Amino acid sequence: MNRTILASSSDLRRRRLADRAFGALCVGFTLLGLLALPLLLVQATKEGLPWLDLQFLTSFPSRFPANAGINSALWGTVWLGGLTASIAIPIGIAAALYLEEYPRGGRLADLIEINIANLAGVPSIVYGMLGLVIFVRALALQRSLIAGALTLSLLILPVIIVASREAIRAVPRSLREAAYALGATRWQVVRDHVLPAAAPGIMTGVILAMSRALGETAPLVMIGALTFVAFTPAGPLDEFTALPVQIFNWVSRPQPQFHDLAAAAIVVLLAIILLMNAAAILVRNRAQRRRKW
Amino acid sequence: MVTKEHAKSAFGAIHEAKSVLATEGLTVSYGATKAVRHVTLGIAENRVTAIIGPSGCGKSTFIRALNRMNDFIPSAKTEGLVNYRGVDIYGSGVDPAEVRRRIGMVFQRPNPFPKSILANVTWGPKINGFRGDLRELAEEALRKAALWEEVKDRLASSAFDLSGGQQQRLCIARALAMSPEVILMDEPCSALDPAASARIEDLLFELKERYTIVIVTHNMQQAARVADFTAFLDRGELVEYGETDQIFTRPREKRTEDYVTGRFG
Repeated sequence: MNRTILASSSDLRRRRLADRAFGALCVGFTLLGLLALPLLLVQATKEGLPWLDLQFLTSFPSRFPANAGINSALWGTVWLGGLTASIAIPIGIAAALYLEEYPRGGRLADLIEINIANLAGVPSIVYGMLGLVIFVRALALQRSLIAGALTLSLLILPVIIVASREAIRAVPRSLREAAYALGATRWQVVRDHVLPAAAPGIMTGVILAMSRALGETAPLVMIGALTFVAFTPAGPLDEFTALPVQIFNWVSRPQPQFHDLAAAAIVVLLAIILLMNAAAILVRNRAQRRRKW
Repeated sequence: MVTKEHAKSAFGAIHEAKSVLATEGLTVSYGATKAVRHVTLGIAENRVTAIIGPSGCGKSTFIRALNRMNDFIPSAKTEGLVNYRGVDIYGSGVDPAEVRRRIGMVFQRPNPFPKSILANVTWGPKINGFRGDLRELAEEALRKAALWEEVKDRLASSAFDLSGGQQQRLCIARALAMSPEVILMDEPCSALDPAASARIEDLLFELKERYTIVIVTHNMQQAARVADFTAFLDRGELVEYGETDQIFTRPREKRTEDYVTGRFG
């Protein structure tokens, strides 16, 4: 008798079945997403690996696949990344601090908030057009690295601001109060307590945003990044190309060898981005271990 | 409401001790809600003054108004005067940071910085331009907070390794390191066990020799034990204020009597 009391009724059995089916569905979709990356990696590595050697990294683009390399594109990406980081990170964190830590300036703050939310959703090609009109033409920066970096900075600023605001908001109020109660000024509280506490979150956001910037092609093509550059840039006003642009160029060529070169360049680009993401995770974990509240 | 007569008697009670901090018609509102209504109260120097009252009566809002901590709540609006040695701390030309240097605060939950024990105590003096031996200063503050013996061998370890009661004493040491004149304590024992609470209470007796202490508490026994003067707040109003002994044994107001005898609250 007791067994029948606690045994599943047919209704409960049906619900359990639905429960399990839903679980399986979730696992399936998760795996689908996870599978895409290794597949891409395997495919790119298979095609590109034979081409991936020192010569590939140190040669300039060429009409002959055997001589072609990504020297200028790699250095272009490094320059672009460095410049974009030094423009977008300080501005993004400052904007996030202003929006979170300083009392609302009423209408101005509202306006900024709405703008940031909208900017995050603007397609990157539109940023490219913006960059072309403002930086390349109006500011006469031509097709320079700095024009590209400014354009990419605009593109990733909303991401950095949103991520930084989240991180800053997660700092407990009690920590700020403790500091203010000791007669600290706002800047002292921000510098010594809010920023260190929010740093892991901010850094994660920043590095993810940078990964996105380094993979962008459309805005760079739009502002006129060259596809054939036989020199490495020496300064921010030089013309440039970048890895995604180079890949785009090689893929659109008819000769199959260039497609393999593109695959090799993809491996390099992915390696850079995955390294940055790994760094982000490492930094976050280390900082979280030190932080307790 | 405080009648004129009662207000006078309250001031009479603290008359012999000098009043270092005094509110006049202090009203704090959050939007349309008035959390503190027209409270006039003097805080006696080198005494412990307890603020008691049921939850939501405005005790915390009141004590936070005394060192401008409500400034950080955007909706909070403060009216009336808070005179510190004759100067209205909400007056123009007053730097709120300067106010908080002289009027320190200990919070409901221990909130040490995620730093070392030593750094917790020295941060305040450091950012306020203290030139001198920070370590010596820290030792003095930790001794006054009765924590030195427990932490002297591990000043470099994280403040989070301490127990809750130790953390709260660290927060007191942190406030003391600023050499404030007044220390505001917002239910400092509410997150602590009875033994840790008792240690804080013992500490209050020593501290009042040198400091003026205002303590908010929902624990009436605690108020009765530690406070020289007690103010009873209800729904934002100061109902009665006088010597602790009188408030607990011969309350003049019916509401006070109901509260201290446990009939409501």
